[in-house]
Amino acid sequence: MKVLVPVKRVVDYNVKVRVKADGTGVETANVKMSMNPFDEIACEEAVRLKEAGVVTEIIAVSVGPAQAQETLRTALAIGADRAILVETAAEVQPLAVAKILKAIVQKESPQLVLLGKQAIDDDSNQTGQMLAALLGWSQATFASKVKIADGGAEVTREVDGGLETISIKLPAIVTTDLRLNEPRYVTLPNIMKAKKKTLDIAKPEELGVDVTPRLKTLKVEEPAKRKGGVMVKDVAELVTKLKNEAKVI
Amino acid sequence: MATLVIAEHDNAGLKGATLNAVTAAQKIGNPIHVLVAGSACSAVAEAAAKIAGVEKVRVADAAHYTHPLAENLAALVVALAPGYSHILAAATTTGKNFMPRVAALLDVAQVSDIVSVVSADVFVRPIYAGNALATVQSSDAVKVVTVRTTGFDAAAANGGSATVEVVQAGADSGLAKLLGQELTKSARPELTAARIIVSGGRGMGSGENFKILEALADKLGAAVGASRAAVDSGFVPNDYQVGQTGKVVAPELYIAVGISGAIQHLAGMKDSKVIVAINKDGEAPIFQIADYGLVGDLFQLVPELTGQL
Repeated sequence: MKVLVPVKRVVDYNVKVRVKADGTGVETANVKMSMNPFDEIACEEAVRLKEAGVVTEIIAVSVGPAQAQETLRTALAIGADRAILVETAAEVQPLAVAKILKAIVQKESPQLVLLGKQAIDDDSNQTGQMLAALLGWSQATFASKVKIADGGAEVTREVDGGLETISIKLPAIVTTDLRLNEPRYVTLPNIMKAKKKTLDIAKPEELGVDVTPRLKTLKVEEPAKRKGGVMVKDVAELVTKLKNEAKVI
Repeated sequence: MATLVIAEHDNAGLKGATLNAVTAAQKIGNPIHVLVAGSACSAVAEAAAKIAGVEKVRVADAAHYTHPLAENLAALVVALAPGYSHILAAATTTGKNFMPRVAALLDVAQVSDIVSVVSADVFVRPIYAGNALATVQSSDAVKVVTVRTTGFDAAAANGGSATVEVVQAGADSGLAKLLGQELTKSARPELTAARIIVSGGRGMGSGENFKILEALADKLGAAVGASRAAVDSGFVPNDYQVGQTGKVVAPELYIAVGISGAIQHLAGMKDSKVIVAINKDGEAPIFQIADYGLVGDLFQLVPELTGQL
C-alpha cells in the first residue's frame, strides 16, 4: 500500500516570532525554518508502517517555495522513498493545498494520506479534513495510535474529554497528534541517501488548481503584552496578595 | 440571511462551548439558528431553544448522529447550508474535526479559531501560537467559522424561546464508526470552564506527585491541567494538556506549578486573568508573564499553600 505524506516548511518551533513593523505579517527573513513538527510525526509513522511491512512506498509532498525542497529532503532522510514539490511562491491557503493534494492523490492512488493535524505557523487545522471531504474519504484526526488491518484502520484520537477509538474504511486521511510517536533523529548516512532520492517538481497550474487566497489578511499585530508581575517571598505573602490584591480566592 | 450554529452535546446535555459560539453569532448580527444533530437528543434541543438570542432550533435525530462523526455531520450541515451566510461551531476537538469538511464541500475557506468579530466578514484569529493576531476578511459567500471559546463570553442559557423544527436526517456514510471511548472521569470542573486551574509540568516528576496538585485544586474548587511535558512523560492523560495544540483556557486564576513556560504552553493560558507561577528556577520564562511568582521547592510550597487556604 502506498502512503502520501504532505509536509510543510514552517518557522522552527523554537523561534520567537516577531510581527513586522508594517503589520503585513511576521518576520520570516533570516529565520530558521523546519518541517512542521506534526508532519514530522506523520513521516515517522509512515516509515514505521513501512518497517512493519504494511506500507510499500512513501511519497512525501510539499506545497511551497523552492526552499521547501529542504523540507522534502528531511522527509526523505526520515525514510520517504520519493518526493514531489508543488512549487509556488504565492501564499497557498488550506483549501487550495487540499485541492493540490487531491490532484496528487488522483495521480498516485495512495490508500492512506498521513499528515500533521495543524501547521504551527497559521494554526489552521484544516488541510487533512478538507482533503478528506474533497476525495469523499473517511478521516481520523488527532491520532495518537494507528492500526491498519483488513482494508481499514483503527485510530485512537485525542479528544477534549480523553481518548476515543474509531474504525475507518480505507482509503482514508489520518492527521497526527503529538503522542503518536517520537520521530527518529536523521542520521548522516540517511541524509546522504536522501540526496540521491527522486524529487519531482510540479506547478499548481499543471495540476489545474487555482490557488487564489479566499481570505485576505488585513493586518497582523502583536497581542497585548502581559506585564510581568512581582515575586513574593513566601506562601503567606502569596495567599495575602491573592485574597486582597487580586481578589481571586 | 441567518447564522447556523452547530451545537455540541452528548445527547443528554448541551456543552457549554455552544454558548460561546452563540455569542460570536450574536456579534455577527443575523438571526441565529442552532442545529442539534444527535440521537434521542430532545433534551439538548430544549436546552438550545432556551439560549437567549436563538430564533430557531433545527433537530436531526438519527442513530448515526449518536456520535459526531465528521463524515455524517458535515454532510448534514452542507445539506442545510442554503439560506445561511455564516456557519459557526466552537473550536473544540469536535468542531475542528468536522468544520473544515463542511467548508471544503461548500468550496469556501474556513476561518479557524476566531477570538473577535470585527464585522460580518472580518474576524481576528491568533496565529503562531498566539504570538500574532491576524485580522482576516473572507470573500466567500458562506463564512465557515470556528470560535475560540475563551474569546467570547457564554450566552445566557435561559431566557430564549426558539421554535424547534425537525429536519430530515442524511444517510449514514458508513465510512467510520466509533469503537470505544476512554473519557476522563472527574468530579472537578472541566478545564475549559473552570474558574481556577492548577497546572503541573515536568517539575512534578511523576504522576503520583500530581496528588499534591489535586489536593490544592480540591481546596480551591479548581480543575487540574498540565503542560505538554507532563503529558508526554505520562504523568497525566492527554486531555489535561493546556497549550497551542491542547486546550486554550482563560480562567480567573491559573496556578502553574513546575512549568517552565515554553511558548507553546503560554499560548494556551496567557489570557488568564491572574497567573501564579511556582518554580524552583527563578529564571524560568513563566515568571515573565506571571502576576505572582514564587521561587522554591514545589513539593514543600504546594502543600503549604493548600494548608494556608
